[in-house]
Amino acid sequence: MPTLPLLSIALISCAALGLEILLMRLFSIVQWHHFAYLAVSLAMLGYGAAGTARVVLGARLHAHFSQIFAVSALLFGLTAPAAFLVAQQVPFNALEILWDARQWLWLTLQYLVLFVPFFFAAFCLCLAFSHFGSQAHRIYGADLWGAAAGSLLALGLLFILPPQRVLLVIAGFALAAAGLAWPPPRHQVGYVLLLAAMALPWVIPDTLLALHPSQYKSLSQTLLVTGAKVKTEKYSPLGQVTVVENPRVPLRYAPGLSLTATREPPPQLGVFVDGEGPAAITRFDGAWEPLTFLGQMPSAMPYQLLQRPSVLVLGAGTGMDVLQALYYEAAVVDAVELDANVAALVAQDNASFAGQLYQLPQVRLHVAEARSFVATSSARYDLMVLPLADTFGTASAGLHGLAADYLHTVEAFRIYFCQLKPGGMLALNRWVQLPPRDLIKLAATAVEALVLEGVTQPARHLALLRGWQSATLLVKQTPFMPREVAALHDFAESQAFDLEWAGGRVAGAMPHHRLDRPYFQEAFAALSGTAHERADFYRRYKFHIAPPTDDRPYLYHFFTWRALPEIMQLKERGGLSLVEMGYPVLVATWLLAMLFGTLLILLPLWAARRRAMGTRTASQRRRVFAYFSLLGMAFMLLEMAFLQKFVLLLGHPLYAAAAVLTTFLLFAGMGSRFSVRLSVKGRRSPTLWPVVGIVSLGVGYLTLQPLMLEAAMGWPMLQRLALGIILIAPLAFCMGMPFPLGMARLAGEDIEMLPWAYGVNACFSVMSASMATLLAMEIGFSGVVLLALGLYLATPFFYRTQSADGRYS
Amino acid sequence: MWARWLAACLLLLVSAGLMAGEQEFAVERIKLVRDIAQLTRASAAETGRPEINPAVLAAMARTPRHRFVPIDQQHYAYHNRPLPIGYGQTISQPFLVALMTDLLEVKPGDRVLELGTGSGYQAALLAEMGMQVYSMEIVGPLATRASQTLAALYPRGVEVRHGDGYYGWEAHAPFDAIIVTAAASHVPPPLVRQLKPGGRMVIPLGASFLIQQLVLVEKAADGRISSREIVPVRFVPLTGEH
Repeated sequence: MPTLPLLSIALISCAALGLEILLMRLFSIVQWHHFAYLAVSLAMLGYGAAGTARVVLGARLHAHFSQIFAVSALLFGLTAPAAFLVAQQVPFNALEILWDARQWLWLTLQYLVLFVPFFFAAFCLCLAFSHFGSQAHRIYGADLWGAAAGSLLALGLLFILPPQRVLLVIAGFALAAAGLAWPPPRHQVGYVLLLAAMALPWVIPDTLLALHPSQYKSLSQTLLVTGAKVKTEKYSPLGQVTVVENPRVPLRYAPGLSLTATREPPPQLGVFVDGEGPAAITRFDGAWEPLTFLGQMPSAMPYQLLQRPSVLVLGAGTGMDVLQALYYEAAVVDAVELDANVAALVAQDNASFAGQLYQLPQVRLHVAEARSFVATSSARYDLMVLPLADTFGTASAGLHGLAADYLHTVEAFRIYFCQLKPGGMLALNRWVQLPPRDLIKLAATAVEALVLEGVTQPARHLALLRGWQSATLLVKQTPFMPREVAALHDFAESQAFDLEWAGGRVAGAMPHHRLDRPYFQEAFAALSGTAHERADFYRRYKFHIAPPTDDRPYLYHFFTWRALPEIMQLKERGGLSLVEMGYPVLVATWLLAMLFGTLLILLPLWAARRRAMGTRTASQRRRVFAYFSLLGMAFMLLEMAFLQKFVLLLGHPLYAAAAVLTTFLLFAGMGSRFSVRLSVKGRRSPTLWPVVGIVSLGVGYLTLQPLMLEAAMGWPMLQRLALGIILIAPLAFCMGMPFPLGMARLAGEDIEMLPWAYGVNACFSVMSASMATLLAMEIGFSGVVLLALGLYLATPFFYRTQSADGRYS
Repeated sequence: MWARWLAACLLLLVSAGLMAGEQEFAVERIKLVRDIAQLTRASAAETGRPEINPAVLAAMARTPRHRFVPIDQQHYAYHNRPLPIGYGQTISQPFLVALMTDLLEVKPGDRVLELGTGSGYQAALLAEMGMQVYSMEIVGPLATRASQTLAALYPRGVEVRHGDGYYGWEAHAPFDAIIVTAAASHVPPPLVRQLKPGGRMVIPLGASFLIQQLVLVEKAADGRISSREIVPVRFVPLTGEH
């Protein structure tokens, strides 16, 4: 009788979750970030397929458990890097997906190639569950603890190794799992595998592992220009940062520079994050004359009203907005940047090129998440700047549509207003997209925030300056005065910009940049109305422009299903640019995953209906299906919702991801181990108490969370982290119990159903990970939590029904 | 002897095949031009152009787009869609090419500067209309390929140069029209200088495969600069307007 390979199970789970996180990173680099969801659905497909394979192959596997388990682990280790290398050769072009039907075939092929390692990982777990069913709680515990370690491991390694190297480390973990589980008498194979696991990350040459980003990414195109070369490359879980220099054809980046400008910007270095950009590090040698372009962009607008202001730049990046503030003689500039690698490019690596910008006495650099910096700062500012952070192409294609953004929500704006000095203002720089989307959404966000601050005529606090390509929206704490409007008007005329709106009315001058209709003036006039009129305007607009909130923090999400048919009819006339790409791509990958996943769940029902489930009625099978699918969905929806909620508490998306994933999995693992005490004979519904616990704690958090967040925002990081763990731990502990309780019951009554039930659960949990984002866009994170609690509430019903007639059904 | 016969037969067959292929392309091209004319009428309110200048459409009916796309894309050459041409570049959607060319309002003999030669199709279209085209491409292999294709089809009328277009092409300035198909964060000041008073510049904005809006920059006779943003489709964002 083989022994339960708990350590190998933990290692496999560790590697599988690590691979999932890593693929999200790799997809962001070679494609665009919304394809990261593909990684999540790939895992789902793997788990579903593994459950199928185990059921179809039947009990004959038991005789060779150890060998099959070890070989599966070995294949997982080998296919993890191989599948990615093969997938890179598939000529899939995401940008052509709405034009060329063949791209769907390429996407499917890529998908099928990448699912293979997940299949082998999941097959190991399915085998273990079916072979050691009575110890389901121990297997599930090891699975969760391994996954917890995997999330930390992947995030940690991404700080110190290039992502393609991390892929090999992860493969090494899988090989180690195979080595440890390799059965006697061939121990030497196991030793060889352990050695290979240690050597693998270091012996494969870089050339074999090279990433091949899409040729349509900005970095790929920039590197094609004669003279361009990569100067620096850095990596972290936040992104791969690349600096490109080109002495022959220097970068010249000046978004929306006035058409009347006569002088070009000085030479710049291009900075790309995950191949997207560029942002520019501008050469500065202490002389201001070469920087006149900084006064000829719409972003110079607020400085026409302020004398030696104190400025806060939220998302300072490569420092152009800091330089602009200094150009206008700012007294103090606080530059906040999330990514330490990006900050270091200006502060250290290219400090002399950038004129020691971040070392100047007026400038203070803070590597921090912008919103929590503002919330915890005691300083007050004349001006807060939210810079233009993406490219026109990225913005117009809607490639950030799925990204949660807590810097541009009603709640965030209210925090900003509190930190402004009297008469201070907030400047938001954006590209001009037509028909307008983000600029109107931002104006709406400002209006709703001002209303909540007690302002009765919020439109009087807004001013919009539009150039031919970029625009700046100013939101002032107090209404714009006539002399301020006049100053803005003078600036607009001097640079041939258009002052669309200022101080509650249309500026009215003859436009320098004509539109086919006065989109912005119409929208701002609508935003001047009552709450009811504004709500009606949001509803009638064909893009999603309702203000983002912390519960639905999607600034770049403009997609509406009702506009889709009209847009598709305009395809022949170039209308496809009106579709925000991220959202339909997420829906498409999710549907693809659903299709394959569902097939793989239904297939075993058909293929092995006599052997595995022949004694059950269809209704009884449905109940097993319902119990495990509901658990899978509910667990993942709660986990994803908490992950987003904790970004605000912990002030950093990475800390949130690491803390939430690890705490959830760790304590759910403990719950799983504890669950064996609940499943004593005679207890009718052992799942009831854990579910009651989950629902009570969930409702409690929903009610108290806003208050807790507000109270804890100013705490030191360690205390906030401790609070996060204290909040999650009991919930996760309860969430870890229902699954092993169900598995234990199945094991006692029909062990052949175990792998199928495991596949169903895993399949639905991974599917829910991408569904959580779609749902959050529609019903908010609180809605997602409530939905998950509702699903949990339903589970005891199916568990109870199973035992009501004395049979497991 | 029989070998010569065989060679001659093969040559005939290949020529017949090519001619048949060319004829097929010509038929598709005419159909595409008709479609574009029809689509233009539907977008007249937004683009400000009730119809495309017949000279543009006639030139499109003559310009072999299939010669400017990779062989594996030739089948789609007369579909009204953008196509990949390699090196991360695309050949724009024909409807938008027609609209951009029309917006330039050029007449035979005008000098036109193009930044971003790409496939060379836009330059070919302008040459077909009788312009003198100066085209610059920053990606070396694209410049070489376009230069060869254009030289074969239009021995006079198009000059292609590999290099940085930021400073325009001073030697041939000023230009009656400029078309900037390469993405830029701003209009380079030297280009504005090289545009003749009364001249026009067209800049498409958007992502690869997805042009969102066209910017038409006009330089008045007195040198004043203004622009017009054109959304090529009729899409009113607000429903139920009063």
